[in-house]
Order: sequence, then C-alpha cells, then structure tokens
Amino acid sequence: MYAFDFHRPATLRQANSLIGKVEDAKILAGGQTLLPTMKQRLASPAAVIDLSGVPELVGIEQKGRNLVIGAMTSHAEVASSALVRELLPGLAALAGGIGDPHVRHKGTIGGSIANNDPAADYPAGLLALGATIVTNRRKIPAGEFFTGMFSTALDEGEIITKVIVPTGGKFAYAKFRNPASRYAMVGVAVGKKGSSVVVAVTGAGSDGVFRWAEAEAALGKRFNAKSLEGVTNPPAKDLNSDIHASAEYRSHLIGVMARRAVTAATAK
Amino acid sequence: MAGTGIGARVERKEDFRFITGKGNYTDDINRPGQAHAYFLRSPHAHAKIRKIDTAKAAAMPGVVGIFTGADIEADKVGGLICGWMIHSKDGTPMKAGAHPALAVGKVRYVGDHVAVVIAETLAEARDAAEAIIVDYEPLKPVVDLASATKKGSPAIHDAAPDNQVYDWHLGDEAAVKAAFRKAKHVTKIDLVNNRLIPNAMEPRAAIGDYNPGEEAFTLYTTSQNPHVARLVLSAFIGIAPEHKLRVIAPDVGGGFGSKIFIYAEETICVWAAKKVGRPVKWVADRTEEFLAIAHGRDHLTHAEMAIDENGKILGLHVKTRANLGAYLSTFASSVPTYLYVPLLSGQYNIPAIYGEVEAVYTNTAPVDAYRGAGRPEATFVIERLMEVAARELGMDPAAFRKKNFIKSFPHQTPVIMCYDTGDYNASLAKAMEIHDVKGFARRKRESAKAGKLRGLGYSAYIEACGIAPSAAVGSLGAGVGLWESAEVRVNPVGTVEVLTGSHSHGQGHETTFAQLVAGRLGIPIENVAIVHGDTDKVQMGMGTYGSRSGAVGMSAIVKALDKIEAKAKKVASFVLEASEADIDFKDGQFSVKGTDKSIDFASVALQAYIAHKFTGEQLEPGLKEGAFYDPTNFTFPSGVHIAEVEIDPDTGVTTIAKWTAVDDFGVIINPMIVEGQVHGGIAQGIGQALLEGAVYDSNGQLLTASYMDYAMPRADDLPSFRVDHTTTPCPSNPLGIKGCGEAGAIAAPAAVMNAITDALGHENIAMPATPQAVWQAAQAGLARAAE
Ligand SMILES: Cc1cc2nc3c(=O)[nH]c(=O)nc-3n(C[C@H](O)[C@H](O)[C@H](O)COP(=O)(O)OP(=O)(O)OC[C@H]3O[C@@H](n4cnc5c(N)ncnc54)[C@H](O)[C@@H]3O)c2cc1C
Repeated sequence: MYAFDFHRPATLRQANSLIGKVEDAKILAGGQTLLPTMKQRLASPAAVIDLSGVPELVGIEQKGRNLVIGAMTSHAEVASSALVRELLPGLAALAGGIGDPHVRHKGTIGGSIANNDPAADYPAGLLALGATIVTNRRKIPAGEFFTGMFSTALDEGEIITKVIVPTGGKFAYAKFRNPASRYAMVGVAVGKKGSSVVVAVTGAGSDGVFRWAEAEAALGKRFNAKSLEGVTNPPAKDLNSDIHASAEYRSHLIGVMARRAVTAATAK
Repeated sequence: MAGTGIGARVERKEDFRFITGKGNYTDDINRPGQAHAYFLRSPHAHAKIRKIDTAKAAAMPGVVGIFTGADIEADKVGGLICGWMIHSKDGTPMKAGAHPALAVGKVRYVGDHVAVVIAETLAEARDAAEAIIVDYEPLKPVVDLASATKKGSPAIHDAAPDNQVYDWHLGDEAAVKAAFRKAKHVTKIDLVNNRLIPNAMEPRAAIGDYNPGEEAFTLYTTSQNPHVARLVLSAFIGIAPEHKLRVIAPDVGGGFGSKIFIYAEETICVWAAKKVGRPVKWVADRTEEFLAIAHGRDHLTHAEMAIDENGKILGLHVKTRANLGAYLSTFASSVPTYLYVPLLSGQYNIPAIYGEVEAVYTNTAPVDAYRGAGRPEATFVIERLMEVAARELGMDPAAFRKKNFIKSFPHQTPVIMCYDTGDYNASLAKAMEIHDVKGFARRKRESAKAGKLRGLGYSAYIEACGIAPSAAVGSLGAGVGLWESAEVRVNPVGTVEVLTGSHSHGQGHETTFAQLVAGRLGIPIENVAIVHGDTDKVQMGMGTYGSRSGAVGMSAIVKALDKIEAKAKKVASFVLEASEADIDFKDGQFSVKGTDKSIDFASVALQAYIAHKFTGEQLEPGLKEGAFYDPTNFTFPSGVHIAEVEIDPDTGVTTIAKWTAVDDFGVIINPMIVEGQVHGGIAQGIGQALLEGAVYDSNGQLLTASYMDYAMPRADDLPSFRVDHTTTPCPSNPLGIKGCGEAGAIAAPAAVMNAITDALGHENIAMPATPQAVWQAAQAGLARAAE
C-alpha cells in the first residue's frame, strides 16, 4: 500500500462534495476488493473516501412493489433480511452464497456492482431482476449499467446510493463456484416478470456478465427447465478459459446452471 | 480412560493460549530498534543478472541498508545446503548447484531472492525495492518436468548441464526382470503426483538480532527444528559459531515439513542484523509463501506390477521423474529416494522391487518434504496399482490386497525396510465393517437413481516413521543423526520441566509429553511444563517431522525419566532409611517393601536439593537427568482408509460421501489429539486429490500464487470422518508408539482416486480431480459405455 489521504464523510452531501473536490479519490465501501488491490500496489489512489459513516446508505425497505437496498448494505444483511427472504428469496440466497462470512459482512451491494467483477454474483442477479441502480446523479437500469468486464456506466465522481429491485416475479440464481476463489465460475440468474424473461450469465463471458438470448426466447414460450433442452449453449469462443475451466466446460455449465436456476425459480 | 496419563483424552494445555490470541509467534516478537526487511524477488523464471543498481533506492526515505548477492559473496556467507548426499546409478554424486541466499549472476525461479532492502518501516522498504533497477537478460525457462532434461534445454546450473540432479536406483533389477518374465499378468500405470504448495496458517517469519557486546546473534524463526537451523547456519553458512548463535523457534503455526528447511530469508535476516547494527525483521506475506516456500510432491511415474496366475504379486518396477525445482532445498534429495522407494512394498509381500528415480532441476520453486514426504507418493503408486490390478484381474480389491498382505513379522522387504509388527487383515476387516462395504451396492443403486455415479476406493498404506536410526540414515547419505534428546529437571517443590529437542507446531507436545511425565511420576499434569524451541534452553535436538516426536522424542524422555526414578529411589532410600533395593515407586509414592513407610515424589525432590539426609560422598545432590535416544528401527504405522465418493456427471463435482479410517499407530498417548492429526491429514490428502495443484505457465510464472487460484480444502469440502484404530504396539521403542502425524495425508489421495476411478469406470484421470477434470472423464466414460 502507498500512502493516501483518508476521508470519512458522515452524510451523503459531504460525500458528494468531497468526491467533487478531492483529486484522484476512490470510494471505499466494504473494502473487500479495493483494499487488497491497494495492498498489492495495483491501485494507488491519492485519497480514499470511506462511505461506512453514512447511515443513509444502509438499509432495506419495501416501497410499493419494489425493494430498495442501500448501496452500503452488506451481503450478510441482504442474505438475512426477513423482507428479502420473503419477497425475493432467490436474491437472499444469492447474497448468502457470496464469498465467506467475513466477506459477506464487509462487502456491499454498491461496491460489488460498482466493481462489476466478471465473476461476481450481483450483476447477473440484478440484470435478471430488472433492477435500477440509483446514483447521486441519476437512475440507471441494470441493463445499461453493466457495460463490460470491470466497467460500468458510472461517470467520474458518481456514487451509487441505492438499488431498486422489483418484486413479484420469479427469480433464482444458480452458481457453480470456482473451487479456489468461490466466486462464480459460472452463475446463471433467471428472472421472469410478466411475459419477459431475462437469463443473465456471470463468470463465463469474456467481457463480463451477459444475457443469453436463445434461452430467454425458449423460456419466454414456456417457463420451465424442459424448454432449455433444445437450446444450444452459448458458444465457447465467446467464453473465458483459465486454469480452472475451459471455455467448453463453461459453456456446458451454463446450460446446467440455467436448468437448475429455472427449476429453482419454478419450485413452489 | 480417566485421568491424565497415557491413553487419556486430555484437552490440549496449549489451546487456551492459542485460542485467546495469547500465543507468542515470531511476528508477535518485536526487538527494540528493529528494522524491516523486504525481499526484491525475481519476476523472471530464468535470467542473467547483468547489473543491479541500488543507488537511487539507497537514497530513499527510511532505508537502512540494501544488500545483494555481491555483498553475500564479499562477506563469504556460505550458500544454502542440501544435507543428504545421493549417488547416481553410476556412482557419481548428485549435482548440487550453488544456492546463494541472494542471487549471484543469475535468477532461477520467479520469487528467487535478488536483493534485500532493510528500512525503518516495511512500506519504506517496499518503496525502495521498487526503485532498485535490475538489468536482466531473460533466458529460456525450463518449466516442464517431462522435458526438462531434453537435449537443447538450457542448463539451470553449470554443475548440472543437462538439468539432471541424479539418476538413482534401489532394488534388484535382475530379480524384477525375472519376476516379470514369470508373470501371468502385468498391470501398468502412469501417474502424476501433483505439485502442492504448503499453506501453514502462519507464514514464515524471522528476526535477526546481533549483540555486539557479546558478539552473539539471536535468530527468531518459524522453524520445526531450531537446532538444525543453528547447525546449518553455523557450520555451513558460517554466520557464527554455535555458542554465539541462539536460535529461537517460539510458537509456530503449522509447518507440514515446509518449516524444516533453512531458507534464504532467515539467513539474510540474521546476517544483516550485524551489517546494519539493528534487529532485522521479516514476515512473509501469503504471495511470497506461494512463490518461495519449498513446494511438495511433483512426480511423474510409470509403474508396472507382475502378478502370477493365483493373483500373487511377483515383482514391482517403478520409474519416477521427480521435480526438485531450481535449487536443492535442505532435504530435497532424500524425499524422492530413501523416503520413497523403500516404501513401495506397501503392506504386501513383494519378492522383487526395483525403483529408479531421476531428479531434475526446473525453473520453479524448490521442492522438498511436505507432510508425508515421499511416503504419500509411494502409497499413491502402490495403492493405485493394487486397485487397478484387482480390476484388471476381475478380483475384489479388498480380496486382492488380503491375498498379498504380509502376515508374519518381522518382514524384510527387498527395499531396505524391515517391518517390525502389524496386522493388516485386522485393520482392513475393521474398516470394511465400520464402512458398511456390504451396503455399497445398495448405495450405488440409490445414487444412480438420482443420476449420480458412486465409487468406493481403498488405500492400505504403510509409512516409515520415527525417523530415524542415525547409523542407518548415515549409511544412506544423511548428513546428520536423527536421535532425540530430553532433559528432565525436577524442581525442589516437585514440579517438573521437560526440555525436548523436538518442536511442537500444532502437534500438542505440551499436552502429550506432559501426560507421559505426569503419569510416570504420579504428579498432577499441571505440574509439568514442556520446554522446546530455544537452543539456549535445550542443548541439542533434531526437531519435529516424519512423525518422530512421539516415537523418538518421547522415548528420550522415557530414558531420562528412568534415570530420574533411579536417582529418586536413591534419595528415598536415605530418607526412609532403607536399602535402595527395597524401595518401590508407584503412583507418585516411594515406599519400603513390606512396611508402611513412604514418601511422595515432591518430598523426595525437596530432599534431593536440601541434601540433609546423605553426604556428598554418598550421593550427588539434585534431581536432573538428560538422555539421548537413538531409535533402533523406523516405526511402521499402517492402516486402511476407505473413501466413498458421489459424482455429479452433469457438473463433474465430486462429493466425499463417506470416509472410514482404521489406523494402527501402536500405543496412543492422547486419542483426541491423534484424531485431530488424522482429520487434518485426511483433509490435506483430499486437498491433493480433489483441489490443490500448483500451476506454472510456460514462462515459469506461478498461476496459482494466491487463494484466488490455489484451492485449499475447506470444511464444506469434507465429510465427517469415521476414525478408528487397531493396535499392534511398536516393539522397538519403550512406549510402543508408531506415530500418526502424516498417516492421513499419506493414505487419502489413493483412496480418493481409487473411488473416483471406480465411479467413472475407467482409470483415465489425474490429480487434482477438479470438477472440470472429472466432468471430462465422466463424459469420456459415458461415451465409452454408449459405444
Ligand atoms: C475472499 C473474497 C471472496 C469473494 N467472493 C465473492 C463471490 O463469491 N461473489 C461475489 O460476487 N463477490 C465476491 N467477492 C467480492 C465482494 O463480495 C465485494 O462485493 C466486492 O469486493 C466489492 O464490494 P466492497 O463493498 O467490498 O467494495 P470496495 O472494495 O470497497 O470497492 C470496490 C470498488 O467499487 C467502488 N465503490 C464502492 N462503493 C461504491 C459506491 N457506492 N458508488 C460508487 N462506487 C463504489 C470502489 O471505489 C471500488 O472501486 C469476494 C471478495 C473476497 C475478498
């Protein structure tokens, strides 16, 4: 780690003004990604603005047919929230399957999606759920937010404040964990709202999370695992290959995980 | 068993300290005025160093000193050594390339030590290290084990132009050839024993300290054998004579073999402490450990077994290529030779065995002993062969083993070892019973209904522990003797301090050794303290590895206790005014035969020190005795592990459904600690079989340099183990102990792979059997079945 200045605003207003003023500043949420990269000297911001002192960014509430989750809400809070478990049990399960207990208690939903790790779980989940990401400046639909591996629609100085997640549809996430890191080697989230179906795949794409159109079309006709039988898996050429899994294996796993997700989403 | 003596489940005395964070590890120690060391490591697997420019770095804030290989050479600091001489088939000695603690002229693996920066803070040391300019001339790296000695491969060391360290053999080649000529059936197998990276919870650390007044050094280090470290640093590396060098290995958080060795970092810390006139501290971060700790295993093996028409084994021929990495680590040469081939007989009566081992250099981290060291590799070869042979012969694998078990003892194998005792049928029968092997067919059908493949695999392992008779290992090339020392100091109030040359880094010696002493002297276990890990307190010792601390270390304590008892009886005879021959000692009481006169142990201790009841001519005052114990044989723990796995052919995920271990460790001191050792060992063995594997890319970059990519076993990867025992006491040591520290890691890999191949219906899969590998193998199996 190199030396840096440390700011700890107490309100979103203060955070906003700091991020506008301080040069080369990085936002610190749970620190589960930012701090390891700083320790390894891969990131070297001149300043860090820690959001952990901003209470208005934490919490989960029901607003009409939506759940609103504060950006600084930890994975553990989402996983254990009675509200989430009741209205979106698939999202609670997704959060409960991230990393390990330590990571779940420190890591936040805002940090996870701002980082958009190509093997992270939330991006697929929020895409499939049709969530909206709210920042200090605007509202961004999930479909426009995740723009590629480690990249998002966020502009310089933009802070995620909350995530709005519609409820009432069907949703499940099936994750095949990387045996070492426990991130998603392949994760498939399936969401159905009315007649629209989204199948979002994480961990596998060579450019981060992506939607699997063929599966969506098949499931749009009939929403059950059988509908996926005739669908060819996404081609290996568009997928990641590393020491843990070849692109072919990932392609195969996408099919398996998609079936499992749909089965879970349709289970009563 | 109640009480605290041998056989009792005494809770570990050391756990309170560890669990409440009151342990005293090297990183907990801070010396006044200490500076911090950071090692600049090679980013190249193989490169010439043209020039190192430290001028800019030296001017950076906080820098206390920067040293490179040139400084080491100028100070005539000796290179790191390999302490076991191996001779090739043709009689030539192994080719040991120079191993300077800081690279001289060349770097040989990614992580090799190029320079050390010592600064006021670690961050300043790191900053300065980034400012060092090293002019490298990259050379073609040699990474692949199979092709490392191919013509045209660049030489890693001038001393070994073809990268071969030795080409060694053991056994009777002619007898094996004859056996294969007579064979009705020959089973052949090719095996990979995957490279593992040790991951003790505590990374390595060292603090060097120099006292100019006394001209004496102190090294605090994470060592399994501080006296061996002192011996090597003194006699070979030349830091200081032994009486001017104190080595302290305080609490050490796991070793698994990787903390036996004498490494560059601790050598540099102690040397540099005098150079900079400050204590120098270094603590490895996890990445440094991945890169530069001595790795384990890494064999390629072709093995063949000759079997007669009755299913009896006639002979065994094993050819192994072992990767020793870029330099020979402290005991590297012994691991794939004398710790490996002599174990290839397993539990079986095999009339002829011939083992050939070619050890090679590659541009990868040094490879040395890791939990089991050679014996897991041997067990993997023989136990995979047994299973495959049984399948080829259409025999039940358990029945095939039984048919070939050694049944009478002592048994001289054709490869050095003389097994003293054992009952292999008993452990197999008990394991099969506990495991409900009979119910396996039903369980397999149930799995099939759920679309899963189920398999069962055995591993009937043997190991040679209690390392080792000094003269015997000396004749095989060891540079040291492997006895152990003990000193029992009885205080005037009857409390006891036991000094041992072995070292506890998770094994629980403070408890088990105290159980022995408390039981023997009839005193409360709280009154016994075990002292280890400091060369100023314990005079000499050989440390802990190879499951030797019970069999060898405790035997030394027994010898010292014998002397204590004899002396105490003399004291008691004066106090009780009886003849020495009439004194009995039982349950902590000295009594005179046929009378009611008695005195307890504590009172005798006091009498020994006040010395009022005898004159100096009659008896020396005091109660303190020392002993050295040199074992007369290895010990031979053995047992049977049964693994049952369930495979999801859709994903390739293997679940360990059931695990049974029945081990014969001889006499058990503390069953709870032994179970813990077995659990941990099995976890490591399952880790090797399913998860772990170091991967270097073709440039020699370590791809598995963090937990993001190196998969360690976690609790949810493992089932609940059934662990039980059979007992044949070891005849060669006074307590009948065999040892238990490595058994699980030795037994488990073969059991897992035998179960997986059983489930798959073919043998074509290597460790680690990751989901991807199993998925591919399952697809291949299904395709084959469909044909
Ligand atoms: C061992 C380990 C295992 C893990 N396993 C998983 C896993 O299985 N699945 C998974 O999905 N993730 C996993 N993670 C990631 C973890 O879940 C965190 O979500 C992730 O590290 C980022 O969240 P954070 O709160 O820690 O953000 P930080 O590390 O603090 O920040 C990450 C990035 O986001 C930016 N940022 C943070 N908050 C905001 C905001 N409100 N607005 C704008 N930008 C912001 C930061 O500036 C930084 O660039 C794992 C992490 C670790 C260390």
